Formats: sequence, structure tokens, C-alpha cells
Amino acid sequence: MKILIFVNHVPDTETKVKVAADGKTIDPAGINFMLNPYDEYAAEEGLKLRERFSGEVVAISVGGDTHKEVLRKALAMGCDKAVLLKDTLMRDSYAVARALADYAKEYSPDIVLCGKQSIDYDDSQVGGLVAEMLGMPSVSVVVKLEINGNVVVAEREVEGGREVVHSKLPVVITAQKGLNQPRYPSLKGIMEAKRKQIEERAISPVESKVEVLSLKKPAAKAHGKIVGTDASAVPELVRLLREEAKVI
Amino acid sequence: MKIIAFAEQRNNRFKKTAFEVVRAAKIVADQLSAEVAALVVGGNVSSIAGEAGAYGAAKVIVVEDARLENYSTTAYAKVVAEIIRQESAEIVFFPGSSLGKDLSPRVSVKLDAGLAAECTALRVENGEVIATRPVYAGKGLLDVRVQSRVKMFSLRPNVFSAGAAAAMSALVEKRNISLTDDDFGAVAKEIKTSSSKKDVAEADVIVSGGRGLKAPENFLMIEELASTLNAAVGASRAVVDAGWRSHDEQVGQTGKTVAPSLYIAVAISGAVQHLAGMSSSKFIVAINKDKDAPIFSIADYGIVGDAFEIVPALTAELKKAKEK
Repeated sequence: MKILIFVNHVPDTETKVKVAADGKTIDPAGINFMLNPYDEYAAEEGLKLRERFSGEVVAISVGGDTHKEVLRKALAMGCDKAVLLKDTLMRDSYAVARALADYAKEYSPDIVLCGKQSIDYDDSQVGGLVAEMLGMPSVSVVVKLEINGNVVVAEREVEGGREVVHSKLPVVITAQKGLNQPRYPSLKGIMEAKRKQIEERAISPVESKVEVLSLKKPAAKAHGKIVGTDASAVPELVRLLREEAKVI
Repeated sequence: MKIIAFAEQRNNRFKKTAFEVVRAAKIVADQLSAEVAALVVGGNVSSIAGEAGAYGAAKVIVVEDARLENYSTTAYAKVVAEIIRQESAEIVFFPGSSLGKDLSPRVSVKLDAGLAAECTALRVENGEVIATRPVYAGKGLLDVRVQSRVKMFSLRPNVFSAGAAAAMSALVEKRNISLTDDDFGAVAKEIKTSSSKKDVAEADVIVSGGRGLKAPENFLMIEELASTLNAAVGASRAVVDAGWRSHDEQVGQTGKTVAPSLYIAVAISGAVQHLAGMSSSKFIVAINKDKDAPIFSIADYGIVGDAFEIVPALTAELKKAKEK
């Protein structure tokens, strides 16, 4: 089975956002970057599929040299090969998806796995975009995946429950927490990852379709009212919710 | 100019977010002298279609096919893209629901259109729609414009107001889109509903509990408060990871993003990952014994005290108020 995993490099969740001088992007100084957590579920699922069906797992990322770090992590987890599609400009999901889809077309995977969203731009688009560009079916926000022959049964999280989606290989799956428990890279894996080559390729970039005008921090919320320090405050809280907030 | 609002339904009933999307489209349309057509896709939806008129759609386009009863990402994408083409619509709004987020990227590729996802505000400047969307888990807000000829936006549920229903009827127009078996590359065969409980993603009121509740059985008082308020029960990541609650209740970065009218956080300290999922709630109440807990920095009302004492008192007070 040919398994392709998309991985992204994102600021860790504790990051404090500081707007860069261009007024449009985050200032990367002092930020710890990490493998997008949802991509870890995708990578784990790919490795499990390889254990079951044999084959290879290729991890791929679009970005600058800094993305090598997350590709190394994917290798350390057990991916066979890593490819960096080199690009130094910030682009929208559409442009990133186009670069990934171009590579995927050439590689012709049986399955593509990626996180349901990257936790930087929270766009939730790349999986669906690439699937459509490749003419493949897709299932997003997947928490359970079964493959038998070329039949795919995936459960995706929706409001109020789970949708059981039937599809066929080749397919694009976007991973949600709950799909599996990602493994920690072993020491051996980390050592091997250091020796593996990351293939670098140039891309023919397409224009972004969504232009960023500004990045701002949300206005700090005015400090709320502390109504009290014990149960005696409850009647006042209920009054405020009724009369001031009018939400009950 | 034409604007299309994708009006989502499930089981042949409009979802609340359908009306939010139609209304938001109408507000934009009024500033651009444009007209809104709502689009309803499903198995048996003609009878409900007219309802979208009450929220500002001048006409409602219905695509009805028994095979579209259940969601299919591939078939729905074909239908929606085809209608956008037929209408020569230049702006399209989707809900940022699980269906909308799945569908909209596929449609955008078919039309070579840019998509601004999960917007929380829209404005019109110089004849152009500028959308605001949260990034970095809500710690940043991007203003964006879409540069392609067809411009697409998905709107975060519960953020835009549907407004009051007006006594307006819309022209309902049925369209046929021919679909072959090949168009159904992925189909939702069944929906496993999580019992009868309310889902945090759709609830207007949420009562969430965190690790400060000390043990899973103490969620009983959260459930009681929630049931008094007709609310959904939410949970912090810590209690989901500990196995006390199921993941579908988790609010936050690796759970669901919610924006209810009222969010009551009980014994939740308010890690940035949790705040990411609920900070756009309209009113936030925090109950926590630690006065320095970050949750108080975004709460509208707080009680610094013992949840075990305050929550049952709150439930009792609300019950008393109801009986009046």
C-alpha cells in the first residue's frame, strides 16, 4: 500500500501571538514549533496501515527549511521517506493544496492522510482541496477507519453523533483526535531519522486566492464581574443572567 | 449580482445555521445591491424550502433526489458547483458546520474559487466583502479578502444572528442535476447518534466541567444543572483524557469550537486550548475556587468559590425561578 501523509509545522499551543512588522503574519521569534497535533494522528494511522498491508509511508510538507524538523519527527515515528516541497512564501490553503496534489498525482498513493486542520490557520481545507484536485473521494474529521480490500468504512464526527461513511480506495482521510494513540518515536527511530535524506523539490507555486489584509490580536475582554465567593451569590448571578445578559 | 447561501438541512429540517447563513448573505447582499438565492439539497426538502424566504432569500433553489437524502461529499459538491455555475453567482456562503467544512473546499476547487473558512464577521468595503476569521486558536484575528472571481466564505455556527423570521415567502425553484453512481464516491450510510443528548456544537447553552470536579461521578451535578437549563454538557480536555467523559463533549482546541449564548465553566481553569474553543460564547460564567484561574479573564460573571456548593445552589435557584 502506498501511503502519503501531509505534515505541517505549527506554533505550539502555548504560543503567545505577536504580530510581525508586516501587520499580517505572526512574529516567529521565540516561538516553539511542533508537528501539527492532528497530523500525528494521520501519521500514526498511516504507520498502522503499513503494519497491516505492508508498503511504504511517505511524509510530505510544503514550506521552508524549518519544516525539516517535522519531517524528521515523521521519520522518527517510522515513516519511510520524507519530501519537502520547498517554498518560502506564506500561501493560502489552495496554493499549498495545489503543490501537495501535484506531488500526489505523480506518486499515485492508495491513501492520503492528513490532520483535520492545522492549528495555525485553523482552515480545515487542505484534505478536501487535495481530494477534489485528485478526483478522489474524501472523508474528513475521521475517528475510526476500516479498510478491507478497496472498501473504506470511516466514521466521522458530526454534530450529535458520528456519520458512517462508505468509500473506496484511493481516498483522502483527515484525522481527528480519537482515531488512534500516536506512538512516541523510539530512540532507534530518532537515530535512524537523522541519517535519512529528506528529498527536496522546488514547486511551481500558484497564486493565493485568499489575501490576508491584517492580523490583529482580539480586543482584550473587559474584566467581568465577580459576583461573590460562595453560594450566597447565586441569586444575584441568576438575576444578572436574566436581566442584564438576558440569556435565560 | 447573485449571492448563494447554502441552507443546510438534516432529516429534511433546516438546521439553525441555515437561517444564520441566509441572513448573513442578505445583509451583505443589501450593501451590494445583490440578490440572495438559498440552495437546499436533500432527499425530500421541497416542503421546507419556503422557510428560507423568511430570513431574506428572494428565491430558494431546491435540488431533490432520493440519493441525496444522506450526505455525500462528492455528489453534494457536484450539485452545489453546478447550481453556482447556472446562477453565475459570484459570492457563496456556507455554514462552518461539519457538513459545510467538508463540502466547501471541494466546491471551491470545482470553481477555482478562494474560500475564507469559519468566518466570525463580515463587512463590505468599497464593494468588496472583507471577512474576519480567528486563527491560532482564537489568539489572532485575520482580515481577509478573496481574490478569485467566485468568492466563497464559510461562517462559524452560532456567531451570526438569524434575526427574526419575517412573513416573507420566497419563490421556490426546483432544479434537476443529473447524477451517476460515479458521483457517489463517498456516502454517509448511517448516523450513529450519541444517545439523545444535546451536542455542544449546536447548543444555545452549555455547562462544562473540568478537573476541579475531582471524580467522574461528580459530573452528575453538571448534568442536573444542564438539564435545568436545557443545556448541553461540555468537558475540558483533562477530563476527557482521564476517561471521565467522551470526546464528543470536549470543548477546545482538540475538541469542538462552540459559541453558545451562555457558557458556564465549572471547575475549569481555562487553559489556552480550552479558551480557544469557547471564547466566542456570548456570555461566559466561571465558577472556580482559584481566583487567579485564567477563565476569569474572559468570564462576564464569576463566582470564586467551591463548585460543590455553588452548582447545586444554582440548579435549585433556577428551578425555583422556573416555577414562578
